[in-house]
Amino acid sequence: MLKKVAVIGGGVAGLEAARQLAALGYQTTVYEKNDHAGGHTSEWDRLFPNRRPAVEVVDTLKSQLNGNPAIVLSTPITELLPNGDKFTLKTSNKSFEADAVLIATGFELFQAERKEEYGYGIYDNVITSAELEKMFTEHGTPLMRNGEKPKRVAFVHCVGSRDEKVNHLYCSKVCCVTAVKQAIEAKEAIPEAEIFCLYMDLRMFGPGYEELYKEAQQKGINFIRGRLSEASELDGGRLLIKTEDTLASRPLKMSVDMLVLMVGMTPAEGTSKLIYNLGLKPNADGFIGVSDYHLKPSETGIRGVYTAGACSGPNNITDSINSARSAVVEIHRYLSVKEP
Amino acid sequence: MIDFGYAPLKINIHDLDKADLSLMDWITARDESFRLCIACGSCTATCTAGNFTNFSFRELCHSIRRGEVEKAVRESEKCMLCGKCTLVCPRNVNTRNIIKLVRKANQNFRV
Repeated sequence: MLKKVAVIGGGVAGLEAARQLAALGYQTTVYEKNDHAGGHTSEWDRLFPNRRPAVEVVDTLKSQLNGNPAIVLSTPITELLPNGDKFTLKTSNKSFEADAVLIATGFELFQAERKEEYGYGIYDNVITSAELEKMFTEHGTPLMRNGEKPKRVAFVHCVGSRDEKVNHLYCSKVCCVTAVKQAIEAKEAIPEAEIFCLYMDLRMFGPGYEELYKEAQQKGINFIRGRLSEASELDGGRLLIKTEDTLASRPLKMSVDMLVLMVGMTPAEGTSKLIYNLGLKPNADGFIGVSDYHLKPSETGIRGVYTAGACSGPNNITDSINSARSAVVEIHRYLSVKEP
Repeated sequence: MIDFGYAPLKINIHDLDKADLSLMDWITARDESFRLCIACGSCTATCTAGNFTNFSFRELCHSIRRGEVEKAVRESEKCMLCGKCTLVCPRNVNTRNIIKLVRKANQNFRV
């Protein structure tokens, strides 16, 4: 009889893992809580570092599935229980069974309201990086609430990351390069605009990232080293922002038309509840803890339950795809060894 | 004005709304490599003049970016144009040329 594998989460990691599992002959089902697959990537306009349309990646992943594995949409799995050598997955009114489970529940964006001093949800033209992506998709340019193009835009790095005031000591990895990408796109959309990036470090760790940073410098993006302390609204709706110019060891202020908050990744709500019945605990950052960070990055410590993608920590798409494939190898080994 | 023995403090905050960036624009128009600094400090670390005075090429560039024209010009005079900074710059900023441009700009702007 065909072994069943349940993949929880239909983002890039879940889709890639499901494709590989199906190719290995497992009866694979992806359970996706939203009404569409593709996760956060499906809500992005273009991807770093080469600014390829995000829809290309999502569509390619989906087209490779061809109906096997099955994707069950609008099906949030709320409970995962051990059941002999199998597992039971439950929604509010349905129940499914599987021989092995891959948790690929991903991340959620940091709620920018929590950094109240940045004025998100209070001032009109303080937006998040995710909202800017939507603007690029819909209008091809940043737009202020009044429909006009901003003349001065500042990007704030590390919003909800590297900040123990919101209990997030960790770096979200992708925001630096995303800010640089979006800064270039904003400059291209509005060439006369002045664009600023407020950063603490620029963590350009991936191939093509440093090149993108240099491209931004060449296009006249201004980089200011310092963390935003606060934003306040001036008469007429402009925003006054304050930071320390740490390269000059002096405070700095300026007014801008629009402030873009580079929101980081936080553990998806429900993931820790999902692993609770298995006796698993989140790691120090609240993401799923893996058995061995170096040697067993796909294993959870429970045989038969594996993890892939950003549910075990911030990841870019490439790393999520790689972790999905790594998990598939472990699942394959687990199910093959169990075979009598 | 009556001298009360005290006066308002000098404001120590950079205000980018009021900064005079004409020198930065003038230099960038003539040497685009000025944009590429990543503030690593290699130039200052290797600087011969900087070993004997408090001259920092990195700081000089920063002064230009913040519109501190007088400071930039004053600092540029400490350089001996030996060019070691140009050899070490990891971003290939034409550092020696930047100094020469600052001096030239100073001659051009102040007759």
